[in-house]
Amino acid sequence: MGGFIYLDHGSSTPTDPRVVDAMIPYFNKFYSNPSSVYKFAKESNEAKENAREKVAKLLSANPEEIVFTGGGTEADNFAIKGVAFANSKRGNHIITSKIEHHAVLNTCKWLESQGFKVTYVGVDKYGVVDLNELKDAITDRTILITIMHANNEVGTIEPIQEIAEIAKQKDIYLHTDAIQTVGKMSVDVNELGVNLLSLSGHKFYGPKGVGALFIKKGVKIDSLLHGGYHERNKRAGTENIPGIVGLGRTCEIAMEEAEEEENRIKTLRDRLEKGITEKIDDIIINGHPERRLKGTLNLCVKYIEGESMLLQLDYNGIAASSGSACTSDSLEPSHVLTAMGIPPEVAHGSLRFTLGRENTSGDIDRVLEVLPSIVKRLREMSPLRKD
Amino acid sequence: MVYSEKVMEHFMNPRNVGEIENADGIGEVGNPVCGDLMTLYIKVQDNVITDIKFKTFGCGAAIATSSMITELVKGKMIEEALKITNKDVIEGLDGLPPIKMHCSLLAEEGLKAAVEDYRKRKENK
Repeated sequence: MGGFIYLDHGSSTPTDPRVVDAMIPYFNKFYSNPSSVYKFAKESNEAKENAREKVAKLLSANPEEIVFTGGGTEADNFAIKGVAFANSKRGNHIITSKIEHHAVLNTCKWLESQGFKVTYVGVDKYGVVDLNELKDAITDRTILITIMHANNEVGTIEPIQEIAEIAKQKDIYLHTDAIQTVGKMSVDVNELGVNLLSLSGHKFYGPKGVGALFIKKGVKIDSLLHGGYHERNKRAGTENIPGIVGLGRTCEIAMEEAEEEENRIKTLRDRLEKGITEKIDDIIINGHPERRLKGTLNLCVKYIEGESMLLQLDYNGIAASSGSACTSDSLEPSHVLTAMGIPPEVAHGSLRFTLGRENTSGDIDRVLEVLPSIVKRLREMSPLRKD
Repeated sequence: MVYSEKVMEHFMNPRNVGEIENADGIGEVGNPVCGDLMTLYIKVQDNVITDIKFKTFGCGAAIATSSMITELVKGKMIEEALKITNKDVIEGLDGLPPIKMHCSLLAEEGLKAAVEDYRKRKENK
């Protein structure tokens, strides 16, 4: 049996040792509160602003447009609630999609309980947001459109530029949850044309518990957290300096290395996809054939259930994930796959492999060696497969 | 969420998997739309369940509970077997995570459905 193979980078990634090295002095050496007046505080304050510049550079934004948060979920909450409440005199309608991450979906659902109206736009069979439905949903009360840059389950990249055109014409703010794309592909806030963009450090080899929200100059937004005057009065709370420094270094490394690395990962992903397609019958590859994150492979294996595959993969030292109901607290299968029109009984049999930096060709060989026999065994047990 | 060793052992090496040709009773419970479906086959001789086999579509817990119920039931008189509840299945597996409790009901219901089918067939003979 081989060693441990991690194919769940869409969930989290190992923190780059260079990032950890950059963070360490800010735990024990330069530990001051950056808001303090003494000279000693200068180092942590400068480190924070330095990191802000690095994050801004990766996004082609201005440093003043970056607000650090405690992760991606907070950035999404901040963007959506902040814009909703600050602009509630103008309107109370928000447009999002059916396949957003729960950080967006449940924030929108909560806003509905606060009197806001939300339209959840559908997607096509590849998971691409229906632009006509989106256009038709716009009313003169619409204040915000929030659509993810790439979907976390199937990897489909959404047409943000086209949505930005629509939003601009109607003078509506556009937020994108770019948590799966930042550090994995070029994300330029000007090219995308977004007003707000969320990112998270631990999805691209940075530390957990730190993220950022890009807020384009001029956007009217309320704070989510109230307290001291931090982050230009946009996000109260003593800054997580080690985390912020780590995020800055993560962005710097991504800038230098991500493109080449992603092409290597795509080669591995394509080989995995081809191998699985050749070796296992009755499967469906989910997500857009081309416009997809380079490291993501999501598939449904008919007649069997996702969690049972994950457990057997785990037994063989392979970590992956599933949109199966049984891997979450609900009994519903993946909302993303069902929105794409996949029947629930098939959606229960989904598997997601998300490749990353440490993966090698040997890892792919190993999956291709064990997965077919796992599927065969479980199918022999299944009453759905009639041979 | 972590399964007990016993659950994993039954999941990795499930007992009595398969179908019984000319079964005396067949129970089909669950719904694939909800993520689990179980078919249970029983062979009955002189009121004793002499053989039992299952086929299950579902998660690790669904497969482990299916395997467990076949072990608990095999060789028992029908009346005795019907006294077996989902609690016995859970105990036999050294517990189940809270969100997986419903899987143990699937096993109990599967057995009841198979016995009911057997009794119906007997009446119609």
